[in-house]
Amino acid sequence: MQHSLPGKAEATLREILPRLVLSPSLFLILLFVYGFILYTGYLSLTDSRMLPSYDLQGLENYARLWGQRNWITALQNLAIFGILYILICSLLGLVLAIFLDQKIRGEGILRPIYLYPMALSFIVTGTAWKWFLDPGLGLENTMHLWGWESFSFDWIKDRNMAIYTVVIAAVWQSSGFVMAMFLAGLRGIDSEILKAAQMDGAGRWSLYTRIMIPQLRPVFLSAFVVLAHLAIKAYDLVIALTNGGPGRATELPATFMYSYTFTRNQMGVGASSAVIMLAMIASIIVPYLYAELRERR
Amino acid sequence: MSHSSQPAFSSGRLLRACLYAVLILFAVYYLLPLFVMLVNSVKTLDEIRGGNMMSLPKNFTFEPWLTAWSSAQIGVEPTGLSPYFINSILMVVPAVTISTFLGALNGYVLTKWRFPGDKVVFGLMLFACFIPFQIVLIPMARVLGAIGLAGTTSGLVLVHVVYGLGFTTLFFRNYYAAFPDELIKAAKMDGAGFWRTFTRILLPSSGPIIVVTVIWQFTNIWNDFLFGASFADFDSMPMTVALNNLVSSSTGVKEYNVHFAGAVLAALPTLIVYVVSGRYFVRGLMAGAVKG
Repeated sequence: MQHSLPGKAEATLREILPRLVLSPSLFLILLFVYGFILYTGYLSLTDSRMLPSYDLQGLENYARLWGQRNWITALQNLAIFGILYILICSLLGLVLAIFLDQKIRGEGILRPIYLYPMALSFIVTGTAWKWFLDPGLGLENTMHLWGWESFSFDWIKDRNMAIYTVVIAAVWQSSGFVMAMFLAGLRGIDSEILKAAQMDGAGRWSLYTRIMIPQLRPVFLSAFVVLAHLAIKAYDLVIALTNGGPGRATELPATFMYSYTFTRNQMGVGASSAVIMLAMIASIIVPYLYAELRERR
Repeated sequence: MSHSSQPAFSSGRLLRACLYAVLILFAVYYLLPLFVMLVNSVKTLDEIRGGNMMSLPKNFTFEPWLTAWSSAQIGVEPTGLSPYFINSILMVVPAVTISTFLGALNGYVLTKWRFPGDKVVFGLMLFACFIPFQIVLIPMARVLGAIGLAGTTSGLVLVHVVYGLGFTTLFFRNYYAAFPDELIKAAKMDGAGFWRTFTRILLPSSGPIIVVTVIWQFTNIWNDFLFGASFADFDSMPMTVALNNLVSSSTGVKEYNVHFAGAVLAALPTLIVYVVSGRYFVRGLMAGAVKG
């Protein structure tokens, strides 16, 4: 008994060492992610304004939030932006991937060109596109100088169209990435299946529509999840491209949350908008992660 | 794994020409904004105002680059972007190092020293990758203030380590999961403990995943704007925030050429990493999106 104690302690240490090593990270995540989520959730139920307050007032902030025209605008913009962004990126990504998969000479040059925008900061992308889309300096001006006098492209200054310029810039940034995902998916399809289909006399068109594209279903799902969560989080790009304008025409939930919390002194409302954003993302991510983790076992 | 299907459009020269035309057209689309930025960053302001953004510079000048780097007005100070470039480096290097190191250890424990509940721990870390950061902005500002790190580069390092942990753990976990358990068992049998197994067996073969993780973290942290804008003060602003200040400042004449030079400067580190090691960059993107 006496001299087995240190041995036992050592054995226990050896036993728990792995968990000990993991614990700082787990602690950080629990505190800074889940603790903070609870804190923000709590604030959303209080009358916090410029500074956090701990006086509960029920769901009043949520009622105020849904009564705000800016919030409704932000959600409508997110719907327009999110749907177009996901659709166009997926479609463009798929088409480019299929085209690139045709034994293209120079694929090694084209692929990195399609993909490099993903390495850039959204601030840089926004700066470049803000200028490119400016009617007085960018594309419209260039077309005029090239002799197409009637050409007009002033969406970025137009309240009704400005949100579509955000789509243009965001698609430019992310579509190459979706292309890379699809290309990897296409290259991963079992060649036996394709050979069998060709033996059965499947034409090239039906080879794609019937066999290959259905095989890409997991890639579609991954692309959707990644793009949807990027769309909900979109902030930097709007700040750099339009700064939420003209007026509040390109307001998104992320910009709404920031301005209500930090510049309009309505922290309670800001916190409640953040909770809604988290709920939107969680409703997409949690089922996906759950399925992925279960599958992998 | 690559299949050898017949190209879908191998027949028909015309069709094939169209295929190339479309592909090249899109290459132009992706390159155009970068081209416009580069070309106009070496023009004089007069030439930009009077001319065509697509035309090559008539009077080549390197002046906008020098101005952007060392004397452009950022906020109230005519410091140029250089101090903020350095801020970004001082933020990125420790944040990437620490988060990668912790991610490697976490991945090791979660695959080779499994314990009851390890999947829950991993799930919690994984979900943390995707949260909208708006949900943590308010408490983070409070905590950074309370521990005296508000408005400092160290504060930003902490923030980026915490919110990068999920991804670094994911990368290493997926990589180590494919590492044969037999080798680990054999090492344990030979009496190698927790640390020796890690440093002698796993670490030597972790080169690729370390590169992937470092590139991923470097790109994300360098490009971050939200945390920088929320938690940095004037002296600790990272490059992206300084660039946005430069470009969107409403005072004085808008020096577009300087803005472009600044934008290219801000993009340069990640672009260089991409050009040098694009293969790993793509792998990181994939690992972040599709299961490994």
